[in-house]
Parts: sequence; C-alpha cells; structure tokens
Amino acid sequence: MTVTDTPFAGGVVGEARLRKEDPALLTGEAKFIDDLELPGALWVACVRSPHAHARINGIDTSDALAVDGVIAVYTGTDLADTWAAPLPCAWPVTDDMKNPDHFPVAQGKANYAGDIVAVVVATSRYAAADGLEGVVVDYEPLDAVVSVEDAESDRVVIHEDLGTNVSYEWPLIPDPEGVDAAFEAATHHVTETYVHQRLIPAPMEPRGVAVVPAPHNGDMTLYSSTQIPHVLKVMAALTLGVPEQKLRVIAPSVGGGFGCKLNVYAEEILCMALAQRHGVPVRWTESRTEAAGSTIQGRAQRQTIELASDADGKLTAVRATLLADMGAYLQLVAPGVPLLGAFLYHGLYDVPFYSFTCKSVFTNLTPTDAYRGAGRPEATYAIERAMDALAVAVGVGTDEIRSRNFIPTEKFPYDSPAGLVFDSGDYQPALDRAKELIGWDTRMAEQAERRAAGSTTHLGLGISTYVEMCGLAPSRVLASLNYAAGGWESATVRILPTCKIQVVTGASPHGQGHETCWSMIVADRLGVDPDDVEVLHSDTAISPLGMDTYGSRSLSVGGTAIWMATEKVVEKAATIAAHMLEANPEDLELTGGVFSVKGSPEAEVPLAGVAFAAFTAHDLPDGVEPNLEAQVTWDPPNFTFPFGAHIALVEIDEATGAVDLVDYAACDDCGNQINPMIVEGQLHGGIVQGIAQALWEEAIYDEDGQCRSANLADYLVPSAAECIDMKLDHTVTPSPTNPMGVKGIGEAGTIASTAAVMNAVVDALRPLGVTEMAMPASPMAVRRAIEAAGGGAS
Amino acid sequence: MPGTPLLEVGRLVHMTPWGFVMEVSVTVNGEVRTVDVEPRTLLAHFLRDELGLTGTNIGCDTSSCGACTVLVDGRSAKSCTMLAVQVDGADVTTIEGLAGKDGLHPMQEAFHECHALQCGYCTPGMVMAAVSLVDEYSDLDADGVREGLEGNLCRCTGYQNIVKAVLAASE
Repeated sequence: MTVTDTPFAGGVVGEARLRKEDPALLTGEAKFIDDLELPGALWVACVRSPHAHARINGIDTSDALAVDGVIAVYTGTDLADTWAAPLPCAWPVTDDMKNPDHFPVAQGKANYAGDIVAVVVATSRYAAADGLEGVVVDYEPLDAVVSVEDAESDRVVIHEDLGTNVSYEWPLIPDPEGVDAAFEAATHHVTETYVHQRLIPAPMEPRGVAVVPAPHNGDMTLYSSTQIPHVLKVMAALTLGVPEQKLRVIAPSVGGGFGCKLNVYAEEILCMALAQRHGVPVRWTESRTEAAGSTIQGRAQRQTIELASDADGKLTAVRATLLADMGAYLQLVAPGVPLLGAFLYHGLYDVPFYSFTCKSVFTNLTPTDAYRGAGRPEATYAIERAMDALAVAVGVGTDEIRSRNFIPTEKFPYDSPAGLVFDSGDYQPALDRAKELIGWDTRMAEQAERRAAGSTTHLGLGISTYVEMCGLAPSRVLASLNYAAGGWESATVRILPTCKIQVVTGASPHGQGHETCWSMIVADRLGVDPDDVEVLHSDTAISPLGMDTYGSRSLSVGGTAIWMATEKVVEKAATIAAHMLEANPEDLELTGGVFSVKGSPEAEVPLAGVAFAAFTAHDLPDGVEPNLEAQVTWDPPNFTFPFGAHIALVEIDEATGAVDLVDYAACDDCGNQINPMIVEGQLHGGIVQGIAQALWEEAIYDEDGQCRSANLADYLVPSAAECIDMKLDHTVTPSPTNPMGVKGIGEAGTIASTAAVMNAVVDALRPLGVTEMAMPASPMAVRRAIEAAGGGAS
Repeated sequence: MPGTPLLEVGRLVHMTPWGFVMEVSVTVNGEVRTVDVEPRTLLAHFLRDELGLTGTNIGCDTSSCGACTVLVDGRSAKSCTMLAVQVDGADVTTIEGLAGKDGLHPMQEAFHECHALQCGYCTPGMVMAAVSLVDEYSDLDADGVREGLEGNLCRCTGYQNIVKAVLAASE
C-alpha cells in the first residue's frame, strides 16, 4: 500500500457538509435524559441547604413521609454506610493537596447553599417536589466564606479537619533568578490585577440522571446527561463499590455541556445507590434554579500579572499569580483547571523568563470546575489585557505591541519558557487578516475624529490574540501534572459485509457534530458515502474504551484514532484485495472505493467485494482473520496549539454606561479543517460565550453566600437580540502532532473573545481616564469606572 | 369516592385518591386527546409525560429560555408557563407535528441547511417560535428576527446561523 502525501485525498474532508445529527434533533425524535421512558421509575428530589454554611442539628422527615406518593426520605446519616468512597477528585495536583471528604448527601454540616442534606424518593416528579416541602431541617447557620481573600485569611475554616482553607499552592518557575533579573533590568514594568467572576455554564439542557438496576443479576445501567460516560463508569464503580463489569453508562442525547457535564456528581452516585436500595429504576432531573447549587460553576479567580519589557516594549519576563476559588469541595478536575492555563500566561509571545504560581482556596460557594476553555480563557485574558497596558506604557499601538512580541514563525516548534513545545504557528497573518476584516485603519480614524470632536459616544477597538494548548493530552504529561487518568482515545472502524461502515469512538459528543465529522474522515479515505458510515458512541457497552469529550480533544485525539484505525483496516483489506488480484499489497492503491494495481488500472476490485470476501472467509490469504475491523488507541505525543486574532469594536454611551457591541472579527487557525461549517459554528457559539463573560454574565453572591442570579431571569445568558453577526476567516497551519494536521476549535472562541471585548471597552473609555474595568462591563460598572476616574458627563 | 364527579366548571372535575383531577380535551398535532390531569399540571409536563411528546424540552423554570415553546391556536406560547387545563378546547402544535409526509417543514429545513443547531436542545422551541414569528410578520429583517426570538435562548450557536435560517425560511 502507498500512503499518499496529503492526508486527505477523497474530496470529502474540507467540505461544508450538513450534519447527519440534525433530523432527529429538529423533529423531537432525539431522546434526552428526561425523555427516557422508564416504567415504574421512582423520582428523586434533593433537599438542598439554603444556607451557605450551617450545622445540621436535626432533620424531621415525618411530614414528608406523609405526602401522597412519597416512598422514602433519606438523610446523610441514613446513607452514610452506602458509599465505598467519597465523590472523586481525579486531579490531586500536589502531593499535599487538601481535599475534604465530599459525600452525595452532607453529614452534620452543609458547606454551601445547594449542598444536599436529604433526599426524597416518590412515585412522580410532582410528588417528589411535594415531599421536599415536608422535610424540616434544623440548621444552625455559621459565618460564610464568600471571597477568596476571606478564604485565604482562614478567618473561618470551612473544613475543620483540614485546618485551613488553602487546598494547594502550585508554582511553575523554571528560572527564578532569571525572572528577578529581568524585572530588575526592565524599562517598563506593568502590574495588573484582574478578577474573573463566577460563571454559570448553563447548557440549555439541565442535568439529569436515570438508573435502571437489575437486582437479581446485579447489572446496573446509569443514564446521565454527561460528557464523560467512560470516566464516569470507572469513577462510579469506585465510589459506590459496584463491580465495573456490571455497570453500563449511557449518555443519551446531551444538550450541551461546556465543561459542566465533565464531572462525577452527587446525584449520579445517589441515584445509583437508591436504585440499588429500592430495586427499581430511579431518576432525577435538575431544575434550572437548582443548577446554581447542583452544577459546577466556572472561572472564579483573582489574577495578578506583571510584564517586564525593554524600552521598545519587547517582553523580557512574565510573572502571574493566581488566587483561585474551588468552592466548597473539590470536584472531578477542579484543582487542575488553573494548571491548564498555567503554561500560557505569556500568550503567543516570545518571552525568555516565566513565573506562574497558583494558590487555590475553599469558599462556602458552589464548587467550581472546568468551563469552556478551562484555565486558558483566564490566561489569555490576563496576558492580553496586560499587553494593552504595556502598549500604553510604551506608547505604541495595541497591534504593534503584539507584532513586536509574537513568537517568530521560524522558531517553531517553539520551546516555551513554561516548558511546552508549541507545535506550529504563524501569528502575524492572523492578526493582519482580523484587522482587515474589522477595517482597522478606518475605525481608528473614526475613533480619533470622535475624540477630537469631543463626542460622548466613545468607540473602542480591542485586540485579543491567543494560543491555546488543547487536544488533552499526552498521558505522560498528564502524569507529570498528577492527573489520575490518561489522555488517549480509542476508535474502531468496522467494514460490514455490505460495505457499510461502523465507527466506534470513545469521544462522547454533546452538540459538536462528531457523527458528521467522523463519517467524513472515514468516507474520505475509504471512498464511500459519508451517509454509509454510522458512528457509535456514548454507551460503554458499545464503546467500551474511551476518555470522552472535553478540552478540544475529540478531533485531534479521537479523530486521529479513527484516522489510524481506518488506515489499519485499509491495510488489511489491501492484503485480501491483493490475494484476489494476485498482486502485491504494496502495489495496490485505494481510490474512490476501488483497489487497483498501480500501473495496471484494469486490475481492480471494489472495496465492497473485499468486504464480502472478508465476511465469507472462503478464500482468505493464509494467516488473515475473517472480517474487516481495526481498533486503535492513540496517545498523542504533544498537545496541539491553535491560535488566532480576534478584534471587537464597541461603542459606549458615556451618560448611560451602556456598551454596544458594534462589530466583531476573527481569524483563527485550527490547522486542517474537516468541516468548515462546523468550525465556524463552534467559533460563533464560543465567541458569544466569551463575550457574555465580558458584558453580561455573573453568578452574583451576597455576603451570606446566596446566589442572587440563580436562574435565567437573573443570570444573563445572551439572547439573539444582544448578539451580532461576526466576521470570520481562517489561516491553515497544520499541526505536526498528528497525521491529519488538525488542532481543535471547540474552545478557541471563548478563549479569545472576553479579552477582545474588555480591551475594546477600556480603549473606548481611556480618554476619560479609565484604565480598568470589572467584568461584566454592565452599564453600572461602566458608570462607576467613569466616575472613579473622575471623568465623563454626569 | 374515587372517580365521582364532584362539580362541573366547564369540564368535569373528579376526586381521586390523589386529589382533584380535571378532564382536558385538546387537539394536539391534529388529533383530539382527552386526558384527566391534576389541575396544577404544566402544559409542558402534560405534553411530555401524559402524551409522550418529548420533543418539547424544558430548559428553565422562569419562562426565560423558550425551549418549551409550542403553538397554541397558531401562536407561540411557552408551555412551561401554561397549565394543561388552559388549553382545554385549543389546538396545540408541537415539534412532532411540524414535519409532514413530504419531509421537514421549511423552517426545520432552513435550520438544517444553515447549521442553526448544535446540541439541539433549544431547537424545537426555537423552531416553533420562528414559525410563529414568520407567520406573524412579513418583511422580517435580521434585527426583527433577533428581537422576535429574544425569548428563546441558545447556548451553542451564537445565534448567527439561527438568524440566517429564519430569514431564509421567511422568503
């Protein structure tokens, strides 16, 4: 067999092919977790602490038990013997990390508003809700810790047995003396402090769990609206002590995740335990308001970033210090979230010296964990906001300061000061293209005119250039970061007797369009119609091996496994085809679904003929097994490093403080694209999610630890009316990390856009003396900043 | 006494061991359905749990997200904000009733063509709201679509392709 030089020759990859997922989703045919019909299922409702921090002195369940339809009520004490282990945290980032015991139902003390203190089991969802009203809990409220600064002070220690609220400190300072020397010698030393407010991930589908037990043979099926059925199976087996081979986990249609369904949640383990106890199916569906206390939140960190540069603004060192809010407990990968950004606080700039330190603390708030971008939006925000401050200090444009510092294209693969190897990059063309799309020069001129005319409607232009590390991840690198699992992905490609194709993937999609993209990869190589390829996923009985979907990993790791499994199955098919054609396998090529002998095109056999021959097995070459199937598990040698440049244009009314997003342009590079339509779709949604952090969204907590924006009436997920059309383009710099040259695009938009918008907001207000702005830049925040700067119309 | 008619207010009301139930007769997707429901039953739960029409999704509890949007007598309505008893005698269309024998409704087709959905959870409600919007307003422009769909949230698409799809379907 000859492998062609270009990775894709079939004419399918690269096409804006419409999605095969759509018809079921457009017609109501798709089954989400709450759609499952489970005859006889009992409904679970959770009694959640209304207090952020309270001792539980007693629970009276008698009124609840008297409610029609209520079968049982359990407290934490009732279930204490049920758990084989506490809920898991799979990322103990340091050996001495403090990790409090976290059980599905709290015992003795509630540590945040939302902590489950009792659970009602009833015959219907309405009866379960009625039962909640009847559970009377005697709480003794305690002082709540709601800010990271208060947490760090240990004024109140939340988990007394740990003796402190500090979970861990994690430094990454390869050359401390070099960093100090660079700051001593610097002409410009910029110090900036930023706060990433708490965000509620808010996928449109709330979470849900359903468990179907088979009491007599011990089988158990866990359905969950999860991004990680495979990881969940392992963790659930360990937490509840269910034999792993008896446990099957299925993620049905999942209505978005954005990281918040990358977890092992109390309700999953709880429903398993209750199904075991009652011997019948048990289910729970989260309500939206409940989610503020039942599903993880994102970001929540305070950053200080310092830049050292020479007189021309050329960076010589970057130092970042974080204080991160873990919430009340450590969820699955929460401690690792700051680490995913830890290597990227110098952005895409060539910097010799680097220092990063993170301290993470417990508060009496909802636990945090991965939210779209996880660590990388935070890092990008810090460096990109600080670069604007440096531009002002040096007295050059915000475009120029970046161009002066970009890692030169000839330095790739680039050894980063934080110890990574950036695979490939070519940054200046992306910035040039984004400037072109937004009409940079025209807009700058317009801004100057308005300023000269003394206009009170201010224009601001903000750039955010970014590089991210994605494609999680090389297992050995994860090991060095103390992560408790690997970063490989598995795939099986199976050519059925009728030449239809089954692809089994360990990735677990929840809106990304994997079925379409994976079909295209396989169809491109095999020369079949993508509609003849079926992608099987998200069920551990069908796809037993997998590491699931997060961290923009599915294509570069999972897709690569599929690409490799396709090559492997083609190799086997070629052996059979060669036998049929009485030729050498090395002399065959597969084009358009037909094997032919190079140089003798008349000697050919279609793949369909080979597939049937492999099935009948009547005349296979010696030593070749029947059937065409190949399985590959791929562990990437490196991360991939997508990059790009985003530019936002805002207009701010000085009198009202209202920020109007006028225009947005981006040029992204995710290497080779499988389906450009899906790439654009990921960018659209990702960009809006990042813009929302800048302008609208915040999980607002009061001093008692109560979430004041718990539902979608108060938490401002943007609607179509707040959003605008974005202008997108791309460059293509293939990754050398994988044979397809792909990188990843799921998080890029969110990583880039927050800083672009906030830089634009600050740029607009700079003539008024404003140099800093808290997120979200609500009209009130803008007015406060203007007033604090002593400028502007009143 | 279980099942005994207690009083009659428009429709029959029964007493059961579980409390009052009320008979609701409604035309759903062209078919008359007569079902006894608890008076507090939300229309969304009635459609999903009683009639098995699970295409109508529920995404919030504050009438904010619009995932549960259906047509009641031809106009969009959030089915989480209506009681089942309120549609007694009405004509309700859910996402399951939109596609015909000839395939997808033009709005569904436009969503497909324009890549206006990703996870698909908001999609049934978004499509129903869009059908109602296009029906109500001729000469919609992009701003009109954006304003008109303000009550329907999508977390995946950033709305750009949704606006494109609705405009395409409105032509």
